[in-house]
Amino acid sequence: MTGDSFSSFSSIRRIERDKKRFDAIIRGRIKKELRKHITRGELIGKRGGEIVSIPIPQIELPQLKYGRKRLVGVGQGEGAEGTPIGVGEAEGGAGGAGDQPAHHLREVELSIQELAELLGEELELPRIEPRGNRTLKSRRSRYKTIRSTGPETLRSFRRTYREALKRQIASGTYDYRYPMVSPVREDMRYRSWKEEPEPVANAVIIYMMDVSGSMGHEQKEIVRIESFWIDTWIRAHYHGIANRYIVHDAVAHEVDRETFYTTREAGGTRISSAYELGAKVIAGEYDPEEWNIYCFHFSDGDNWGGGDDEKCFELLIERLLPSVNLFGYGQVESRYGSGHFLEALGEHIEDERLVVSQIPDHEAILDSIKDFLGKGR
Amino acid sequence: MPQQLTPQLKDLQSEIEGYAREYGLDFFDVVFEVLDWEEINEVAAYGGYPARYPYWRFGMEYYALSRGYAYGLQKIYEMVINNDPCYAYLLAANPIVDQKLVMAHVYGHADFFRNNYSFAHTNRRMVDEMANHAARIRRYVEAYGEDEVERFLDICLSLENLIDYNAPYIRRRRREDAGDIDPDHPARRRQPRRLAAKEYMEEYINPRGVLESEAQRLQEERKQEEKFPPRPEKDVLLFLLEHAPIPNWQRDIVGIIREEAYYFAPQGRTKIMNEGWASYWHSRIMTERALADPELIDYADHHSGTVATQPGRLNPYKLGLELYRDIEERWDKGRHGPEWEACNDFEVRKSWDTGAGGGREKIFQVRALYHDVTFIDEFLTPEFCHKHRLFTYEYNESTNEYEISSRSFEEIKRGLLFQLTNFGQPWVYVRDGNHMNRGELVLWHRYEGIPLRLDYAREVLENLHTIWKRPVHLETYDDDRPAVMSYDGSEHTAQERSED
Repeated sequence: MTGDSFSSFSSIRRIERDKKRFDAIIRGRIKKELRKHITRGELIGKRGGEIVSIPIPQIELPQLKYGRKRLVGVGQGEGAEGTPIGVGEAEGGAGGAGDQPAHHLREVELSIQELAELLGEELELPRIEPRGNRTLKSRRSRYKTIRSTGPETLRSFRRTYREALKRQIASGTYDYRYPMVSPVREDMRYRSWKEEPEPVANAVIIYMMDVSGSMGHEQKEIVRIESFWIDTWIRAHYHGIANRYIVHDAVAHEVDRETFYTTREAGGTRISSAYELGAKVIAGEYDPEEWNIYCFHFSDGDNWGGGDDEKCFELLIERLLPSVNLFGYGQVESRYGSGHFLEALGEHIEDERLVVSQIPDHEAILDSIKDFLGKGR
Repeated sequence: MPQQLTPQLKDLQSEIEGYAREYGLDFFDVVFEVLDWEEINEVAAYGGYPARYPYWRFGMEYYALSRGYAYGLQKIYEMVINNDPCYAYLLAANPIVDQKLVMAHVYGHADFFRNNYSFAHTNRRMVDEMANHAARIRRYVEAYGEDEVERFLDICLSLENLIDYNAPYIRRRRREDAGDIDPDHPARRRQPRRLAAKEYMEEYINPRGVLESEAQRLQEERKQEEKFPPRPEKDVLLFLLEHAPIPNWQRDIVGIIREEAYYFAPQGRTKIMNEGWASYWHSRIMTERALADPELIDYADHHSGTVATQPGRLNPYKLGLELYRDIEERWDKGRHGPEWEACNDFEVRKSWDTGAGGGREKIFQVRALYHDVTFIDEFLTPEFCHKHRLFTYEYNESTNEYEISSRSFEEIKRGLLFQLTNFGQPWVYVRDGNHMNRGELVLWHRYEGIPLRLDYAREVLENLHTIWKRPVHLETYDDDRPAVMSYDGSEHTAQERSED
């Protein structure tokens, strides 16, 4: 093999140029017309084993292709007729063309901790500083370093082997046909520990959602995805964490998690009912001196008149905001458009603990998460 | 920079190549290059070629690949390109057992590229051709500006699936030759031809009814000939290339995109067979020859990774591999032919073995003469579907989920064939390039019962308009009613139309 004609890799960083161009499109600096084709993939694949897909932005050029209606796919595995095999993915996903190598695997099992790290990196989120002096510190030993001395029971075989291999290669005594590696005294490596201070802090997240008639399947889906990521992020910063769920239309109820995401009412909307219940829960069970309290409220912003807005402001200013780390209000857009509540909040309350965010569609979820968590509170 | 093969890898290559030849594989020379992971991601983003035209989509692929690699989610097992010689890449950081596996797999692909008839018309010097394309487009970027050229590439790539995948194997158009001026040429005849007959026999030899219908047919045919194009043309890109009022640099880009689309098409139409063949051979070469005892676990791990099936997904490596094994076994045991088909006794079928042999020859023949559609059509059996738990699934609008819809053999086969025929793409033709004598363009979607994605269709019309410069129409179906979508440069309209 000569390989010289082919190996002219002067192009090696040409790909960087293509990537910069792609980044510029994603950030909306050029070619705005392509921006609407950006998909971030479904943020959550499956809940069961906490399988998640990593949000890597993609742009798909429009082509003449089938919609997903009536398209039949073929799969492999167990299950009777009617068994669901996964939530709807991008349209036309079943009949892929085939001119690309098969590496479109963008799903993986990750632990919550890893997931939070990815999220933080993706959105450049600051770490949350648990507030107050309640961050008790305890010290804990962890085995995370390597030393060249230690008891034989802690010998790190892999590090020792590596050192020995390095030495043998450097001194030219290694022969791949007879790969014998024998460590000497200097090659030995041992696991060792470090003492680390560890904050102890408790947190509670109270989710509130408007389930009035105007909140449809799609809006709930947005709330579900968004609260999953919020949960993931906050969870990564505290040890004990509690979740509470409140749904409301004209009256508010505390429900369990499953009900929270699935329930649907037909009534009108009185936001103050939820805030009142939220304040009651906090007052009764979560002393702000001991808990880091997070509240998130999602609604389409279509609150009833009759002075209910004012009642909400009062509740927020007097009872909720003083006790929480963060109060997030996310306004989704329903079929009937988006309400006035978000603007009203902005006009009446100025408090750094209150963060409002508009979430018109799936694409806006990441930006909205950044709105909520970008302050490091 | 790509590294020379280490002496160890060189030894390995000649060892594996030797095994491949012993088994009867017949391939172009294979050139392996060792790359680090950044380089291999780059090459993969470019589809395997070191030089491609500047375009953001490669950057997107690169980004996805390198993120995937950094998170430890994926790494590319093998990459090999159809060229003479074949080029293939090895990841420098891979352990020896992986390198062996990749090499064995690559020799399978190299044999397939050389022998499968689908590839007979592909350019075996595509590495050079791609570099040519890149140089030309770079020149246009210098002359006309990055944004301008990129915008045009976006447009072409949104049309790149509108080609005639079977064109390389058929001559579609009559050559424009003497036939056109020869008045006796069948296409030029205006009158039906009479057979010579005695007067009293005239009514019997040239019956009036037949003559009249023949005259009518000829008239219709002539009408057809006057149309532009005479018959609906599936190679939309070719039609645009030949007839669209665009400057030469744009014409050249349309040609480049079209040529690359045709070059990649055979890989699309043999995905299952090609991956299956390579997997079949890597597993044979590894387990029967190349594998050293201590490597067994690693090999098993990686092999199972390659052929793993995600729930609900069909892995082409796995499906192809199992089908080849199935064919080999069926031919070895004589489980084919009329007697086998006629036997309905489950027990007899289960122990059927005529000792016919010849399985190996059969799969070599299959790998040369079939592509995915004919492969599935001929060799997918009910037993196979049952054994491998295949099913069809459909999208359920009310739950927003895909659901298993059937396990019947006929349904599975139909589903697979539909997915594979025309690459699962809609059938779209140029029907009229001079609609209403106003130079408007009409595309026709041959409806198969599945509607198009309409938001995309509208944007494709806008892109077409940019090239065609006159109003464009798409005849399709909207909710099972024939409809025509139009774009005139400023607004979209949709109307009902009569049946096809």
